[in-house]
Amino acid sequence: MMSMLEATGVSKSFGGLKAVLNVDLSVNKGEIFGLIGPNGAGKSTFFNMISGAIPIDSGTVIFDGIKISGMKPDRICRLGLGRSFQAAKNFAGMPVWQNVLMGALFGQKGQSYAQAMSAVDEVLDFVGLNDLRDKMVPDIPLAYQKRLEMARSLATRPKLLMLDEIMAGLNPSEVGEAMELITKTRDSGITIIMIEHVMKAIMNICDRIAVLHHGAKIAEGTPEEIAASKTVIEVYLGES
Amino acid sequence: MSTVVNIVIYGIIMGGVYGLISMGLTLQYGVGKILNVSHGEFLMLSAMTSCVLVKAGVHPLLTFVICLPAAFIVGFILNMTLYRWLRNFSKDEATFESNAMLMSFGLYFILANIGLKIWGTLSKSYQFYSYPVKILGATIIVNRLIGLGIAIVFIIAFFIFLNKTRLGKAIRATSQSTTAAAMMGVRINKTMAICFGTGGLLAAAAGILIGMSFSPTAQIGLTNTVIALIVVVLGGMGSIPGAVLGGLLIGLVGQAVSFFDTSLVTVAYYLMIIILLLIRPKGLLGR
Amino acid sequence: MKWSGLKKEFQYIIVAIIVIFFAFVPLFGSTYAITLSSTIMMYIVMASCWNMFSGPAGYISLASGAFVGLGFYASGFLSTRFPLPVLMLAGGLASLVLAVIIGSITLRLRGVYFTIFTFCLVELVKAVMTWYEIMVVRKRGLNVRNFGPNAAFYAMLVMVVIALAVVVIVRKTRFGMALTGIGESEDAAAHIGINTTAYKVSGFAVTAFMMGTVGAVRATMLNHIDPTSAFNMMFSFLPVLMCVFGGMNTFLGPIIGAIVFAALQYNLITKIPQIYMIIFGAIMILSILFMPTGIVGVYERVRKAIENRKIQKVGGHL
Repeated sequence: MMSMLEATGVSKSFGGLKAVLNVDLSVNKGEIFGLIGPNGAGKSTFFNMISGAIPIDSGTVIFDGIKISGMKPDRICRLGLGRSFQAAKNFAGMPVWQNVLMGALFGQKGQSYAQAMSAVDEVLDFVGLNDLRDKMVPDIPLAYQKRLEMARSLATRPKLLMLDEIMAGLNPSEVGEAMELITKTRDSGITIIMIEHVMKAIMNICDRIAVLHHGAKIAEGTPEEIAASKTVIEVYLGES
Repeated sequence: MSTVVNIVIYGIIMGGVYGLISMGLTLQYGVGKILNVSHGEFLMLSAMTSCVLVKAGVHPLLTFVICLPAAFIVGFILNMTLYRWLRNFSKDEATFESNAMLMSFGLYFILANIGLKIWGTLSKSYQFYSYPVKILGATIIVNRLIGLGIAIVFIIAFFIFLNKTRLGKAIRATSQSTTAAAMMGVRINKTMAICFGTGGLLAAAAGILIGMSFSPTAQIGLTNTVIALIVVVLGGMGSIPGAVLGGLLIGLVGQAVSFFDTSLVTVAYYLMIIILLLIRPKGLLGR
Repeated sequence: MKWSGLKKEFQYIIVAIIVIFFAFVPLFGSTYAITLSSTIMMYIVMASCWNMFSGPAGYISLASGAFVGLGFYASGFLSTRFPLPVLMLAGGLASLVLAVIIGSITLRLRGVYFTIFTFCLVELVKAVMTWYEIMVVRKRGLNVRNFGPNAAFYAMLVMVVIALAVVVIVRKTRFGMALTGIGESEDAAAHIGINTTAYKVSGFAVTAFMMGTVGAVRATMLNHIDPTSAFNMMFSFLPVLMCVFGGMNTFLGPIIGAIVFAALQYNLITKIPQIYMIIFGAIMILSILFMPTGIVGVYERVRKAIENRKIQKVGGHL
């Protein structure tokens, strides 16, 4: 199977604190890959390093055959890597549709305004935000702000989408909806890495899962293997 | 040899004064997120007022008792009114930060022109231990050594205040996280106002030291604001030890450069921070 | 992008009328009126261009005084040998180069560093120029050739037209959208493929260029310049005040602010030299506190309030 993302020996420390420690990760094309772990395990820091938001201390990241470690986020994005943030970061002064338009306009080189506008309609339909398209960002529910972030990233036409806790704060039926959306996204040909605390979602839709703890990868495997892993259970039950 | 000693001693003396000003500025930014570009005007007003007071017969050291509380009160009130209102009006921290900066820009024009209106562009000075002594072959004027002594006392006192007193701990907590400090029972508005006032007080103290050794005019405010800003960037935004270290460095570099050419001092400062920002954007002691 | 309630087209018409009005001043006005209009137009260019970058991007530049001053000196060095357009181009390019250098160093960092650097930049360039005059040429200041009030006037008029065209184009294209995106959330902007540093540096550089050109024209109106008159904090302060008062991030706001404060300054500078600055400072503070969206915002709020009352009245009848 072809690999979409290949991280080798990725590390990051803030001052004396080692946030991410020598993590290797390989994500295949067309996979939904779950990244779990207790709070403070370094999951979001790992995302930030992959997407170029913060520089990597050591290690390399290969994305679809291109070395992206050391690149700035805008270049990484234009290569086809989209992401959402743990705390949603949207353009608060713009309506929903314009947020998506920004992604469509700038995500790929040479997009005309008309092309971008049709991408907006397409994406808003796809994620189901069409009813809210003219609302300003602060006026839509927090849970939907994360979905808007996903929509904006989708509009950049990514090959790989990294979702950071996109289901936080959703009720069970909304979680089901989100799971469906993620599966649908994957079926449209986009590889997905997701950080999530909603176990039901992770176990149901992920092809493979990696577990981070204190910045290190302690387990990796299919949902069944992870569910059966003794180390993982210990970490989650706090019997260290 | 005596030239080097001269540069070093005067560098340390200026460093003490710069450290004082910059501690005030970095405190105001670090705790209240107010980049106070009117900071140097507090220094100017205090320097000029102390000169006027001494001319009127007040002992130079006694002017501290007058100017410092006055600067503190002005700063405290400004923060309790203008900046507090602005904080309440602002939708987020970033908006507050840029608006607070613009507000202090307005304040700069008000204070600077009050100074110009009262004193014009003429310099003021008085005689206070203004005779030289020889130290290691260098000639130093005594009042500058007294100034250095006072600056050191203030810096040490300020460190003790921050680290040992209840209020100092509240200030440090607020600078780490406003919300967390508020939850621990710190009265945020009062703490911030005290910081802003203390910032003004430190600038005022530096102003009196400048009045003691040099001949200030009503135009020295801006120059000192620029120096303080450079020191703070050099030492690391919001870092108090950084302000002292940066002040010392800037003082030494300034004296060394002005030995060759006084008018290139600003250029040297600017080059220093440009190089620093290219290799270590956080500043020397920045977090 | 905010269009302040008024229809876009209507705003363009208002501005066109203002510009046409200015264009006819030399035909009927006195020398006083011509000089005043030139001054106002200079500030329209400065305020509008300042607003074009610092408004949407949220990076507060206090370097206007440095760019205007470079324009002054471009004129000072070249005015005896070259015509006015060359001086303007030289002033603009000098400012552009300086802005690109400073911008590419500081615009990678958080906004506060940019503000500090731009604030100190005015003093830095002033120090360099003073050093040059004292140590190299040993003569304070420069004489600038006066091309006559009409030449300066029409040069300013051309710059106003260019500046407003640039502002409108920037607002309408993805350049303006990128700057707005950066101001709203820089992280989000970077992660959807916006090269934030490139956009910020070029926005800042365009602003600097425009300020350099009007600075060059301004110098020819003064006959004599020196570092203090050229690299003056006033030039950094006034555009900000005009935008804050008129309404940041609006099209009309900076123009209104420029007309009001340039006219006020022109009349008060000799009558109450320091006091008017104190008043300007106070207006700045009060505007930030009580008119966060400027005069344009106040107009919008009043209009909305009236509309709401109308709706309520209709509702009452039902």
